[in-house]
Amino acid sequence: MLLIHCPYCEEDRSELEFRWAGEAHIARPDAISEISDEEFAEYFFLRNNEKGLTYERWRHMHGCGRFFNAARDTVSDRFLMTYKAGLPKQPIPVAEERAAAAEEKTVETWEATEGDAR
Amino acid sequence: MADLALTPATRTLPLSGAHGGSSVARLEPAAAAARLSLRARPEDVEALSTALGIALPVKPKTSASANGRTALWLGPDEWLVIDEGQGGLLQAAKDCAAPHSATDVSHRNTAILVSGPGAQQTINSGCPLDLSLTAFPVGACARTLLGKVEIVLLRTEQDAFRVEVWRSFSGYAFGLLAEGARDAAL
Repeated sequence: MLLIHCPYCEEDRSELEFRWAGEAHIARPDAISEISDEEFAEYFFLRNNEKGLTYERWRHMHGCGRFFNAARDTVSDRFLMTYKAGLPKQPIPVAEERAAAAEEKTVETWEATEGDAR
Repeated sequence: MADLALTPATRTLPLSGAHGGSSVARLEPAAAAARLSLRARPEDVEALSTALGIALPVKPKTSASANGRTALWLGPDEWLVIDEGQGGLLQAAKDCAAPHSATDVSHRNTAILVSGPGAQQTINSGCPLDLSLTAFPVGACARTLLGKVEIVLLRTEQDAFRVEVWRSFSGYAFGLLAEGARDAAL
């Protein structure tokens, strides 16, 4: 079972208690009624959906109920760090970054090593 | 037993008469209690503590007990207050001038008492929390999951727990705990 560190409960808790809540650090435009449709679409609909390191919002739904931010590697599903909501984007600790880079080399799929499907 | 007579209606507890458990874990429905879902900002905690006559805990996973009342930390600004004593919980909150939100959830929740040497194993049959005494000492509490339902768990003694569960989920929770208790005895 994946353990996720909740910055409010200050401990690692089971993934079952958490819910994903989309990309983090998306600022709502100040004058939202004045922006163009394209700008609104950019803010409202379009997400980066990056492979690798992403910043996401998570919610400790069945625990303290709080939203917080997490830096997660979408390839290895590894949580690099979590921090409280409202804080600016936090840099990844160096040791974690190196560990993530090492994991990046791990083969993702069965097809890539064993299967015939190329 | 706390007086729940806000309205003159007679209430039957959802788990009234239920019994279960095994040779190592005893399950019993808790007596009726008054409960308050309380939300407040950090600066108002002190005033509320004075009004309720119980020091609201501000450390994660801790609870406080006084005068038949227990306050459980659920989140940084959220508590569950249980009154098994004289009642008057909602009135005490009402009389407090500090801004807060207090909702009477006495009938939303019911509680199951799990006790005995196999109590920890019984709960862990459906709950992912680390319930060892170092991680979850007496007095520790947490909102978490039991199988598919959300519970608030409080360790009242070394081998005794109080499982607070929503009343419509209580049949499921009791059944799951009864199975867990049977497994713990194997």
